[in-house]
Amino acid sequence: MERFTFPSPPPSPAAEALRAEVRAFLAGALANRTPLERSESWNGFDRDFSRKMGARGWLGMTWPKRYGGHERSAFERYVIVEETLAAGAPVLAHWIGDRQSGPTLLKFGTEEQKQTVLPRIAAGEAVFCIGMSEPDSGSDLAATRTKAARVDEGWRITGTKIWTTNAHRSNYMILFCRTSGTPADRHAGTSQLLIDLENTPGMTVRPIIDLAGQHHFNEVHFEDALVPAGALIGTEGEGWHQVMSELAFERSGPERFLSSIQLIVELIRALQESESDAARLAIGRLTAHLIVLRRLSRGVAAMLEAGANPSLHAAIVKDVGSIFEQSVPEIARTLVEAEPDKASTSDFNAVLANILLNAPSWSLRGGTREILRGIIARGLGLR
Amino acid sequence: MSETASLLADAATRLFEEHLDEDAIRRAAKGAWLVDAWTAIEAMGLPLALLSEDRGGFGVDPSEALALLRVAGFYGCPLPVGETMLANRVLANAGLPLSDGAAAIVPAGAGAALSREGNRWRLAGTAARVPWSETIGTLLVETAGPEGRHVVRLAKGQWRTTETAANVAGHRRDTIAFDGVVDAVSPFNRDLLLGSAALGTILIAGALDRVLELTVDHVNERVQFGRALAKFQAVQHECAEIAGEVAAAGAAADIAADGLGRPADAARLAIASAKLRAGEAVGRAVGFAHQLHGAIGFTAEHRLHLFTTALWAWREEHRGHGYWAKLIGDAALAAGPDGFWPLVTEA
Ligand SMILES: Cc1cc2nc3c(=O)[nH]c(=O)nc-3n(C[C@H](O)[C@H](O)[C@H](O)COP(=O)(O)OP(=O)(O)OC[C@H]3O[C@@H](n4cnc5c(N)ncnc54)[C@H](O)[C@@H]3O)c2cc1C
Repeated sequence: MERFTFPSPPPSPAAEALRAEVRAFLAGALANRTPLERSESWNGFDRDFSRKMGARGWLGMTWPKRYGGHERSAFERYVIVEETLAAGAPVLAHWIGDRQSGPTLLKFGTEEQKQTVLPRIAAGEAVFCIGMSEPDSGSDLAATRTKAARVDEGWRITGTKIWTTNAHRSNYMILFCRTSGTPADRHAGTSQLLIDLENTPGMTVRPIIDLAGQHHFNEVHFEDALVPAGALIGTEGEGWHQVMSELAFERSGPERFLSSIQLIVELIRALQESESDAARLAIGRLTAHLIVLRRLSRGVAAMLEAGANPSLHAAIVKDVGSIFEQSVPEIARTLVEAEPDKASTSDFNAVLANILLNAPSWSLRGGTREILRGIIARGLGLR
Repeated sequence: MSETASLLADAATRLFEEHLDEDAIRRAAKGAWLVDAWTAIEAMGLPLALLSEDRGGFGVDPSEALALLRVAGFYGCPLPVGETMLANRVLANAGLPLSDGAAAIVPAGAGAALSREGNRWRLAGTAARVPWSETIGTLLVETAGPEGRHVVRLAKGQWRTTETAANVAGHRRDTIAFDGVVDAVSPFNRDLLLGSAALGTILIAGALDRVLELTVDHVNERVQFGRALAKFQAVQHECAEIAGEVAAAGAAADIAADGLGRPADAARLAIASAKLRAGEAVGRAVGFAHQLHGAIGFTAEHRLHLFTTALWAWREEHRGHGYWAKLIGDAALAAGPDGFWPLVTEA
C-alpha cells in the first residue's frame, strides 16, 4: 500500500509579509461588513471588491506575467485566499476564475484564449461559472448529455446545465460536454468549451432559488446555441482528463474547511464572559482541528507549487474539512442557546441561521462526500 | 528529504523490521524489556538523533530525525526511543552527561520538588506512570518551583520503584519515589511536557499509518459474498475515513516536529493542537479498523490489537484531551473574536 504523505509547507517570508498587507487592506475594505454578510463565506458577490483585488495584484497570482499574472508562489496565493475567506470578504466574482477556470485555460487553453481572457480574470473583470452538472449527470459526470456538434461556423450546443453558480452574472462558462458519441461512451468523446455568456445566441439562464431563499445557482439551457470554433479548450475528446484536472483545482483550497469560520468567531464573541469549562474544551477542540486542517491544506499548496497532482490529497482535505465545517453549528448550539434567525438583531442568531441553512451544501458542491471517498479508496488501492 | 535522511529512514525501517517483529511486540505487551531491540537502537545511534553531528547526531534536520520516530510508531515501538532522544538533547544543552541507556522523563507538575540544601540541591517526590523504571538508566526530572524551572538528571539508584504497573498495551508504567541530594541540576527554559507530547504525537501518527495498512491489507484479502471486502462500497468508505484521520494525525505529527524546534511559548498552541487532534484520530481510525477486521481483529491472536491498544495508551500519556483542549480554548477565548484567526495562523 502506498502511504499518503502531505509535504511540509516551507517557510515563506514573502507570504507572511503579504499577510500583513492583506489584513490591513481587508480591515479597511470590509469595515462595514456585518457578521451575517461575512458568514456568506465565498458566496458574497461584489465586482468592485474583485476589481480592487485585481488592482492589487492579488488575482492570477501564480500565472505568467504575459497573461496578466504575477508569477508569485502558491504559498503567497494561499495567503490571499485564506485571509479573504477568514475575513468573510465578498470574493465570489473572482473566486471561480482565479481558482479553477483560469488555471484550466492556462494549462489547456489556446494562445488566443489565454491572451484575451486570463488578463481579465487577473484584473477582477471576468466572472466565471462552471458548466459541469446536468439534470441527469450529477455525481456521474461522465453521463453528460449536452452535445456540441461541429458545424462550419463553429460548435452548435444543445443541452441543459444545472446548479450553475453565478451563471446569471458571469462573463464566461467553461462547459463540459460531449463532442462525439453518446452518454454510453462515458469518458470518451467529451470536451471543454469556453462559452462567452454575453454573446451566445440560443442560450438562456433561469434562476434556481436555494433553500436559504437566495439566488446563487441556475439552470442554463442551450438550444442550438452557436459558439465559434476557437471556443474549444485543449484537445477535442480529452474533456474528461481536463475536467478531472479542473476538479483538482476546485477541491484544493482552504474554502473546503473555512465555510463556518464566522460562526466560530461569533461563538467566541458570545462566550467571552463565560466561565464554562465545556465551552473552553469545545472551542479548544475546534481550534485544534482548524490548525491541523490548515496544515494539511498548506501541504496541498506545496504540491501545487511543486507542480504535483494534488487530486487525492485535495479529496482527503475536502472530506475531512467538510465534516469539520458542518460540525460547527452542531457544536455551537450546545454552547449557546439561540434560535437561528437571519433577521435577528443578535449576530450569533443570524450567523447561526445562515450557517445552518448553507451547511448541507458543503459536502455536495465540488464533488460529494461519497464521490470523494471513492477517490480516496481508489488511492488506497481498493478499487 | 535529504539523501542522508532517506538512508536513515531505510536503516530505521530495517532495524525495527528485524527487532520489533510481532513476537517482540507481544513480549513487550507482557511487560518485558526488549534487550536486543534496545541494543540495536543504541547501535544505530537513535538516542542521539536530536543532537548536533559533533555530539553524535546524524547531521540531519530535527524534523528528519523525528521522522525516524514515526517509523518506530509504525512498528508499535514500546521502548522509550523518543524520550531518550529528547532527554539527551536537554542533557546536552544543559551540559550534563547524556543518558546512560534508556531514559524516562518526569515533567514538571508531576510531584517532584527541588529545594536548597546548603549549597547543594535536594530533589524529593514521587512520579507515576514512569516507563520501565527498573530498566532505564537515567531519569530526567523537570521541576518548577520558587527557585525557577530546572531539570535534574537522576542516575540509576537515585530512585526506587514503589509500584509496578502497566498501560493498557501492557507496557510497564511504574510508580517511583526519589529523595536525596542531587548534583546534576540545571536551569531550564523549555517545557518537557510539551516536548513529550510532541514526541507522543509523532509516535501515534506512525502507529496509525500501520493501522491503515493492516486494514487495507485485511479487506483486500478477506472474501465474503464471493468478493474481497474491499469491493464493497461501505467498506471502501470506512477505509477512506481512516485515511482522512491518518492524514490528520500525520499533519499533527509534522506540526509537532516543527514545534520541537521552536521556543516553548511559541510552539505551545501548535503542539497542543497536534496532540489533541492525533488523539481524536485514534478514536475514529481505530474504531473503523476494528469494525473492518471483524471478530478476528478482536482476538489476542491477531496483531491488530498490538497497535490499537498502544494507541489507546499513548493518546492519554503526556496529558489527554481535556488538558490540551482547555489550554487551547483558554488561548482562543483570550484572543477574542478579532484575535482568533491571527492565533490560528501564528500557531
Ligand atoms: C451550492 C451548490 C453549488 C453548485 N454549483 C455548481 C456549479 O457551479 N456548477 C456545476 O456544474 N455544479 C454545481 N453544483 C452541483 C454539484 O456538483 C452536484 O450537486 C454534485 O456533483 C452532486 O450531484 P447531484 O446533486 O446530482 O447528486 P447525485 O449525484 O444525484 O447524488 C445524490 C446522493 O447520492 C450519492 N451518490 C451518487 N452516486 C453515488 C455512488 N456511485 N456511490 C455512492 N453514493 C452516490 C451522492 O454522493 C449524494 O449523496 C453545485 C451544487 C451545490 C449544492
